[in-house]
Amino acid sequence: MNALTALGEALVLIGTFFYFLSALGLIRMPDVYNRMQTSTKSATLGSLGVIVGVGIWALGEDFGSVAWLTKTIVIAVFLLLTNPISAHALIRAAYRSGIPLWEGSVMDKYREHIEAKAKGEEGETPKEGGGE
Amino acid sequence: MEEASKVSRYLYTLIVLFLIWLALTASLDPQELTFGFILSAIVAAITYPIFTTRGLANLHPKRIAYAIVYVPYFLWAMIMANLDVAYRVLHPKRPIRPGIVHCKTVLKTNPGKLALANSITLTPGTITLDVDCDNYFIHWIWVPDEALTEKEEEHVKAASEKITAPFEKFLKVIFE
Repeated sequence: MNALTALGEALVLIGTFFYFLSALGLIRMPDVYNRMQTSTKSATLGSLGVIVGVGIWALGEDFGSVAWLTKTIVIAVFLLLTNPISAHALIRAAYRSGIPLWEGSVMDKYREHIEAKAKGEEGETPKEGGGE
Repeated sequence: MEEASKVSRYLYTLIVLFLIWLALTASLDPQELTFGFILSAIVAAITYPIFTTRGLANLHPKRIAYAIVYVPYFLWAMIMANLDVAYRVLHPKRPIRPGIVHCKTVLKTNPGKLALANSITLTPGTITLDVDCDNYFIHWIWVPDEALTEKEEEHVKAASEKITAPFEKFLKVIFE
């Protein structure tokens, strides 16, 4: 038991707490969009805490080596880069398949944008593209 | 943005792949290094056309310095996001006022837009719904009062200041 082990254990504990919040958010939120909000954020930080925590924990143990830490950091970075993309794909697919917003929602600018675009395409083809 | 030469793009892909190999094996044995280098060279030869358009220009020292500073800044924003979520989930009254808002960005390149969309998704109360040219449509769990105006321009300005502006000052240097 030394400082690195204690730090790793604390990180894993914090991570599991955020996992718990993520699951609780799935139950408490009213519609799919708000559920995505709570679940993606908490699950990402929870996984980050647990994964990096295990890496640091292993450093302080007898069997541990630096290999644990580098591998867990690579996994954490991959997770950090891919998780928001999957969340974006899911929420966009939900909107496109016509799932309504919660009745308490105050505004929907995306609907206006789609309608304006559909109207514009009847008259003239708008310029596509952008980026590089 | 003009494309870098093929050699430069190939070398950049090779460097990134080799760094990932180094981290995954975590060993400095010459045999491991040689084999990893050969594998990286083969994979880079196949994938470099889709991996990058700017090549070694990505490794400009200023960009790397900004990227290193961006990591703790982003992690801090993410921790705040999770405390925010914790507050909304655990509060008995469930204080949410969701809505889809419209933002504009100043970023031009596609990797920059991707990084901005990812950063938005992981920070307090916002999640990217769609990106169309420089328009971002963002689902916000608590739409503040100043974004509730009827006027389109004021709304976009208020929303952009709150959501995209804090990240743009970093991402603009890193990706453009």
